[in-house]
This record gives sequence, C-alpha cells and structure tokens, in this order.
Amino acid sequence: MLLVENVRKSYIEPNGETLPILDIRRFEIGPGEQVVLRGRSGCGKTTLLNCIAGLTTVDAGRIEVKGKDVVPLAEAVRDRYRASYIGFVFQTFNLLPAFTALENVLLGMTFTGERPDAVRARQLLESVGLGHRLTHQPRALSVGEQQRVAVARALANRPVLLLADEPTANVDPAHQQQVIDLLREACRRENIAMLLVTHSPEVSQQFSRVEQLEEVNRAARVA
Amino acid sequence: MSYWKIAWRNIEERALASSLTGLSMALGVALMVLVLVIHEVVVAQLSNDAQGYNFIVGSGQGSKFEIVLSTVFHVGTPLYPIPYRVYKQFTEGEFAPYTDVAVPVCLGDSYSTEDGQRFRCVGTTPEMFAKLSYGAEDDGTEKRYRFAAGRNFKQENFFEAVLGSVAANRTGLKVGDHFRPTHGISGEGEKHDEFEIVGVLAPTGTANDRAMFVNMEGFYLLSGHALAPKEGAERPRAEPGAIRPLPEAQREVTSILVRCRADQMMAPMAIEMGVNKGEDRAAQAVAPVRVVEQLQASFLGPMRMILLVLTVLIVVVAGISILVSIYNSMSERSHDIAVMRALGASRTAVMSIILVESILLSLLGGLAGLAIGHGALAIASPIVEHYTGVTVRAWNFTWQESLLVPALVAFAALVGFLPAMTAYRTDVAKTLGGAR
Repeated sequence: MLLVENVRKSYIEPNGETLPILDIRRFEIGPGEQVVLRGRSGCGKTTLLNCIAGLTTVDAGRIEVKGKDVVPLAEAVRDRYRASYIGFVFQTFNLLPAFTALENVLLGMTFTGERPDAVRARQLLESVGLGHRLTHQPRALSVGEQQRVAVARALANRPVLLLADEPTANVDPAHQQQVIDLLREACRRENIAMLLVTHSPEVSQQFSRVEQLEEVNRAARVA
Repeated sequence: MSYWKIAWRNIEERALASSLTGLSMALGVALMVLVLVIHEVVVAQLSNDAQGYNFIVGSGQGSKFEIVLSTVFHVGTPLYPIPYRVYKQFTEGEFAPYTDVAVPVCLGDSYSTEDGQRFRCVGTTPEMFAKLSYGAEDDGTEKRYRFAAGRNFKQENFFEAVLGSVAANRTGLKVGDHFRPTHGISGEGEKHDEFEIVGVLAPTGTANDRAMFVNMEGFYLLSGHALAPKEGAERPRAEPGAIRPLPEAQREVTSILVRCRADQMMAPMAIEMGVNKGEDRAAQAVAPVRVVEQLQASFLGPMRMILLVLTVLIVVVAGISILVSIYNSMSERSHDIAVMRALGASRTAVMSIILVESILLSLLGGLAGLAIGHGALAIASPIVEHYTGVTVRAWNFTWQESLLVPALVAFAALVGFLPAMTAYRTDVAKTLGGAR
C-alpha cells in the first residue's frame, strides 16, 4: 500500500553545506498494517511523514501510495492526493480555533473536491464519544477531547494511510492509552494503514511492527 | 464547507478587529452615499425650482446668476428694478404675441420672526399660482400649485397674502392672521402696513416654500415702494377702504417670469433677442434652466467631484486598514493555514480563502455603509424638509451606488492580495514544526 523506495532528501544548512536527512532504500507498509516508527530526535521521522504526505518534495526516489508514485505529481495534484488518501494526526492536535468540533471535521473533507459529508462527520465524532460536543469550539474542549476530534478529522475522508506524529506527546499519561486505542480501533475498523511516530516505549510495545528509522535511513546513520 | 464559511469563521474569530475595520469601511461608504444623494437632491431641487417658465426678465445691470438666485431661490440681494413698461411689453406690447403668461415679481421686503428667522416677501399677482407651474410629475404633466389652506389672493384685495408651506410652518402664521413685512431684506428696516393671510400653499419642494407672497398692488402702496410722482401728482395712501392702485408711471418690477406660447415656435428666440438687444439695455432675459445648468457645471459638479474624491480616499484608507488587519493576523494564522494545507488545501485554496475574507469584510462594511447613509438621510429627511422645504427621499438610490458593490469587490480583492500571497507562500512543513 505504501512503498518508499530509494528516497533521498537533504537540506541546505545556513552555512551552505548540504545536510542529508533521508536516504531510504526501501520501506513498505501493507494495507491496514499498523507500524510504529521510532528514532532519535532529528533522524528524519517528521521529514519522512511530510514526504509521504507530499508536503515536502524529495530529491530523488519514489513514494507509491496504492501503487501510484506521488513524487512526480504537480503540487496541486499532490494536494488533492493528500486530501483524499492521507489522514494526519499531529502532536499538537492542530484544531482550528475558529471552528466547532463538527466544523473541524468537515474542514478535513473540504479539500477533496467532493461535497463534505456532514452525516459521516457527525458519526465519526459520535464514534469517538463526542456526539454531545459537536458545536463546541476547541477552547471549550479538554485536551483528550481535542485529540479525539483530531482523530475524527484524520479519518474523515476514509484515507488509506494515517500518519500520526507523536499523537500522545501532549496528552497526560491517563489519556495516552485512550488515544492509542482510539487510533488503532478506528484504523482497524476502516482498514486504514497507520504509520505512528512515537518516543514512548509503552506505546511501541503494543505494536507488532516497530521500525527504528536509523536502520532504514542511511542518512540518519551517517549523521 | 464553503470558502465563504471558512472566511466568515476567521472574521468571527477576530470579531473586534473585524468590526472596527468593517466600520471604517461602512463610514467611508456612508459618506459617499450622502454626497451622491445630497448632490442629486440639490440638482433636482435646482432644476425643479427653475421650471414652469421660460425666462426671467430682470435688470440689465446685474448678472444672470444674480437674477436667478434672487428671483428663483430667494437668496442674495435683489437687483435694481426694471421699468414697469417692460412688463407691459409682455402683456400688451411687442412681446405679447409670444407670451402665454407674464408674472411680475417685486422683491426687497422681508419678514422676521421673534426668534430671528427671516423670510423673503415677494410682491406678485395671483397668476403666479393660478397660471404658472413648478417642475413636472413623473408622467411629464406640470405640477400645479395647490393650497393646503385657504385660497389664492385676489387682485382687487390689495393687502392679501399667501404663505409658502415652510414659511407658514416656521412663523406659525395661518389663514386669517396678519403680518407686517419689513422694508429691506436685512430685517432691520421700517415696518410696513399689515397683510392678511388668505392662503397657505401645499409643499412644493421649491424655494417658494420659504417665501411669503403679497399682492403686488398692496406692495406698491407700501412706504418707499413707489417712484416719485411726476408733475407733483399725489401718491395714494395705503388706507383700507380708501385705497387706489399706484399709477403705472410710479411702478417698477424686480423681474418678470415669462412663459412663452407653446404654439409659437419662434417665441423663445423672439423674446430673448428682443429683450437682450433692447436699445436701452434696461432689461435682460435669462433662461433659468440654462443658468442652473451652468451653475451645476461650474460649481456643483466640481464640488461633488471634490467631495467624491475625498470620500473615495476615505474608502481607500478603510480598505488599507482591512489589508493591515488581515496582514497583521497572518503571522498568528500561518499555523492554521499550514494545517489546512496539511488537510489537502491547495495554495490557491488558502489564497482564495483570504481573498474571500477581504471581500466579505469590504462587502459587509459597504452594505452597512449603504444602510447607515440612507438611514441617516431617513432620520434627517423630516428635519431638512421642515426647515428648508426640500424633500430628501432617503430610499432613493442613485445609479452610482449600484457601482459600489462591484467596485468594493474589486478593491477588496486588490487589498486582500498581499495577505493572500502570504498565505499562498506558507511553508507547511516549517510552520507545523521544525522537527526532522
């Protein structure tokens, strides 16, 4: 379902030197598979997620999602691809403060080119236990509730791949497990593959497949 | 969710800043509306006042503007009178074949109330209201003078008077009351003999609403209004019951309102050329419509242009405040924009949302400005009408106002372009977190 092959990405440092960030020969995730990605800070985890999502361009290589290479796509097409095939859960939830919980989910459906499905948005929020908080703005929600809205928003367009960048980093320990359970259950239910970045050993040990980025990313090893 | 709704939520989120920028736009547009509508009302008023007759024949010594201003609008100092024989030329002399109606007008007196309000007294004949008209209805028919109370004065009742609607309102005088005009227009002259009010005109929306009309025969008999009698003839006295009209040899008129015969195509030219090329140049014939047009072209038009330029500048400043408001918010909103981009929004989409936000703010401000402008006119309308007799129809829109909305949309798109470009250029990966 996801194939990252011969991908290289580097940044130009302020002093003009080239800093290699990614050099991945092959990395795959199967349909519905749930994978944890670990690695020390600065080893390229977020960059890899951004490249898969098409938010950052790669220097070389191919990134296939459902058999289609997204690297050569024009930016506008990549945007549409991201809206339709990729779900994003961020470390800081990133709900838009001006919108209600329901509108945040609907916003996730806005950019696919299809009419937002309000019924599905409502159902998703109900499925994460927020049926009674639909019209509340993020500032009126607890941290745990905000993260649940973020999960519902990531699932809104029935993506094939969910990218979760340290989704429990800002959640208190009591709610961490709830977030993980929520993500895993939702992905299982909708047959969505998940690539979850975390530093937490407690989270990692619950997954059958845990990848250490330094092992697949030669640039990280050099660094 | 539509871009409009997303933009609206952004406006709501910054309610105070949005309201203030919208308000500045509203005030700019309201001022523009006031300038447009007031100018239209003034122009209509001027045109209206100058209708009903073809020429004003007045002193050959003054300017045509002075003649029109003093005779039609009752402002300024009346010019020197012209000989009564000029008037007779229109009633039984060389211009009579071309003349439908000729109404003499004698100016120079006024009436002051105790609280200092002053109104011009106009000596004339009953034909002023019986035969002349003012302006035209929408269907083109002439507007005739009507009496809200009482009747027209009679030629034979020398000391009868008719008041304009505003004059009656503000002096508190009514049919059956008496008043004494003052000699001169300064209000400080000698008090004349009494006139009895026999009628009050219905509002006409012209300057005549502010005037007090007295029978010209009585006017002539007032102190200081007659030429010295020739060959020692005795001047008749203004005593009720024993009065005789002033001999024509002792009469003068300030001006004559002349309506040409409609069946004589050459009448206007004959009268204009005949009067203006008269040997003694004692009088001149002025077409009030042309003078009003010149007044508009030389004074009101440029004045409106200056005011419009000023109000456009106000709107431009308001537009820049929208630009500054949105642009300043861009740094705090860059994160939200990056999130939208991560959710699949294209660069064009986030740019469009910012442009829509700018357009929404301008449009709402503009529409509020239209409402404020016309609302202010609606509030001021009865007051203006009471004091001036000028009818301001608050909900009459000028055609220029229909250009406001598309102009505002275009302008908003222009001022929104800079912040929209900032949104367009947002670096998503960098904004969402510098981690690698």
